[in-house]
Amino acid sequence: MVAQEAHAHQGPQGFIRKYIFSLDHKVIGLQYYFLALVAVFVGMFLSLLMRFHMIWPTAVLPLVGEIKPETYLQLLTMHGTIMVFFVLTTAPQGGFGNYFLPIQIGAPDMAFPVLNMLSFWTTFVAFIVILAAFFVTGGAPLHGWTGYAPLSALTNSGPGEQLGADLWITSIAIFCVASLMGALNFITTTLDMRAKGMTMMRMPLTVWSWFVTAILGLLAFGVLLSAGILLLLDRNLGTSFYVPLVVVNGQIMGHKGGSPLLWQHLFWFFGHPEVYIAILPGMGVASQLLSTFSRKPIFGYRAMVYAIMGIGFLGFMVWGHHMFMSGMSPYTAFSFSIMTMAIGVPSAIKTFNWLGTIYHGKVRFQTPMLYAIGFVSLFVSGGLSGPFLAQPVLDIPLHDTAFVVGHFHLIMGVAAIFGMFAGTYYWFPKMFGRMMNETWGRVHFVITLIGTYCIFMPMHYLGMAAQPRRYSQFTELAYLQHLLPLNRFITIAAIITIGAQFIFLINLFWSMFKGPKASDNPWEATTLEWTTATPPPHDNFGGVTPVVYHGPYEYSVPGAAKDYIMQTDPAGVTAH
Amino acid sequence: MGLALLAIIWLITFVSTYFFVAKTWWLPHGVSTSAAFIDHQFALTYVLMGIVFVAAQCSLGYLVWKYRDRPGAEPVKYSHGNTTLELVWTTLTAVLFIGLNLMGANVWASERFDPAGPGAVPVEVTGMQFAWYFRYPGLDGTFGRTNPKLMDPSAGNEAAVGLDTTDPAAKDDVVTGTMYLPVGRQVDLTLRAVDVIHSFFIPQMRFKQDAVPGLAIHMHFTPTEIGEYEIACAELCGLGHYKMHGMVHVVSQEDFDKWLAAREAEKQ
Repeated sequence: MVAQEAHAHQGPQGFIRKYIFSLDHKVIGLQYYFLALVAVFVGMFLSLLMRFHMIWPTAVLPLVGEIKPETYLQLLTMHGTIMVFFVLTTAPQGGFGNYFLPIQIGAPDMAFPVLNMLSFWTTFVAFIVILAAFFVTGGAPLHGWTGYAPLSALTNSGPGEQLGADLWITSIAIFCVASLMGALNFITTTLDMRAKGMTMMRMPLTVWSWFVTAILGLLAFGVLLSAGILLLLDRNLGTSFYVPLVVVNGQIMGHKGGSPLLWQHLFWFFGHPEVYIAILPGMGVASQLLSTFSRKPIFGYRAMVYAIMGIGFLGFMVWGHHMFMSGMSPYTAFSFSIMTMAIGVPSAIKTFNWLGTIYHGKVRFQTPMLYAIGFVSLFVSGGLSGPFLAQPVLDIPLHDTAFVVGHFHLIMGVAAIFGMFAGTYYWFPKMFGRMMNETWGRVHFVITLIGTYCIFMPMHYLGMAAQPRRYSQFTELAYLQHLLPLNRFITIAAIITIGAQFIFLINLFWSMFKGPKASDNPWEATTLEWTTATPPPHDNFGGVTPVVYHGPYEYSVPGAAKDYIMQTDPAGVTAH
Repeated sequence: MGLALLAIIWLITFVSTYFFVAKTWWLPHGVSTSAAFIDHQFALTYVLMGIVFVAAQCSLGYLVWKYRDRPGAEPVKYSHGNTTLELVWTTLTAVLFIGLNLMGANVWASERFDPAGPGAVPVEVTGMQFAWYFRYPGLDGTFGRTNPKLMDPSAGNEAAVGLDTTDPAAKDDVVTGTMYLPVGRQVDLTLRAVDVIHSFFIPQMRFKQDAVPGLAIHMHFTPTEIGEYEIACAELCGLGHYKMHGMVHVVSQEDFDKWLAAREAEKQ
């Protein structure tokens, strides 16, 4: 907390220092947010092309031309990579976390502003590098976002596996470096920059989720970085970390003694915590909003904090559940499986507590709340297919089928995105000083909720009927023929849902300039960002150092003047 | 909006559940000894998760409607939670999840921990971009040597897996692109891959296992019904992944012997 004085400086005035190479966590947060916004539309467009190709394999599309099976796999790889890294990791943590973590704990900025700027611009470079993979000879790689070796480690295993694959893994490595810098900053800021009175157990659950996410990032991205460097060496310098003696199309490759399973262990050691990196901030936002818009304290604050920590901790012990069919020792499957089931327990606690928060509350249906409710619904739906996949014996029919695709899209894709939508509608007034349009917000919500269910719920049926994932078309296997109508339905649902996202986009930009002016605390919320001006000044609190007297969710306190008590309100004694 | 939200959430819940209950799309008909158990475990998990799914979604829809903010709404009950309730549902979830898990352990173990029994049919499965090959050891019961230098995928069968014909044990090895299995007899599988990872998936046998370069993975299963079943590749293996398929013909022991003899004769 001593460090705070150093940051109380005047904001820079020049355009470049103010908006481009800014040290202000708020500007950097917005930069992350808009980077993710570009990325999500790119990723979504790729998925649209994939869905087209799946049901009309021979169609020639305007702008893109004919999609060949290998093109499909390239789209799939880039869709997954862009969405996981540049959307699900970038927006909730880099975007909202950067903007609101310092304000919510009463700090004037991040602990290391220069590092913060560096981590954004490093992420930006990573994004440019991954996009470049589309434009090099051979195009983007086709090995999927999981990049299993030897497919990803050999340069002649398919189109796109030359320069495209090098750019892909280079981009991921750069991204890892950026995330490590970001994680350090988040952890230090949370531990060291809290305002007077902001004890750990008074931090909003959003702050807890960003904090634990940062710890996960710190432990996970380092492993992926190392794994990526080894892959680059295998690809370019002839080492054999991941490749044993293999024969590709009759040609003996020069590798010997490597282990394809090593890549999978390293990748999933990162990959599973990554799921929680994507979803934890969403859980934080959902908790914050359900309490605020139900006008009731969060049910079981401590349990929620322990659940976040429990999920983070267990998240590092379950990576092997991605590998039940991989040839890994079948004995280890038991421990991974039990751990995976165990992680369902804190997840269930969170769900119960969300329902408990609404119970006997007074629910206000503004758009942010709609998305928080949608988040809970999707989290339940996506979560409950987990206990199927966590059982090794059920992985036999379900592993690598559309069931898995439906499962992870619902939970770490759409639920996480709902967390971002909730955050956007909720914090927009603070970020831009104006309100978003409620009517269009509701329309967007209804179409998106129903639409995403129509896309991803049927994928569970497809998976049960044994439709393998990552198939560009279903013409070759007779038993897949009767699933075509369902696939067609999904594609149509996807077109409609993707179309509806332009409502959001227009609402976002229109409201930024034309929306009605927002008051400083339009949702009557209690946390620190709502005590300051809109948008917040350069040092967040205009030279005032906030002092915190209450926990974050003091709503409808008996005997209080209003139905909410600000965290900084010295009066308004709480009932407990 | 409260009522609309309730309607939407309930509608999504009931429509989703209908298609599960009606089994409009379901696991394909199972034709191996482990299928019955796997299907039972699947159904059990699915009933339990289904109950939780419907209960959670319906209460979510109901609660947001019931406790909506409106004129004359009951005052909010100020509460920070309830530790007893918290403990109850934590314990229940833990018992449910871990219990489900332990139940499936037997079948998993029997196919993987123990070697195949005596009298099992040995078959070696080799995956390569983008075909499956099946090798039978012939009358001597021993697989002959293979050599990566001899692999010629364009020639197919014996040449594709690089069978070394200078090895006497290799002389009677039969390599085919279609799998034949006798019904009711255990199959002792050895899974290999020569280039990248493939996954040997026979949906109706409830069988799936990755074939990994550098590893020889042993598994066993027993087909229970005569018929022809499709084999798919379930691990992304390159541009032809979607068409890397094969067939397994499950026939009577007699037909199996005849088929093998005919293949041996072709080789002479």
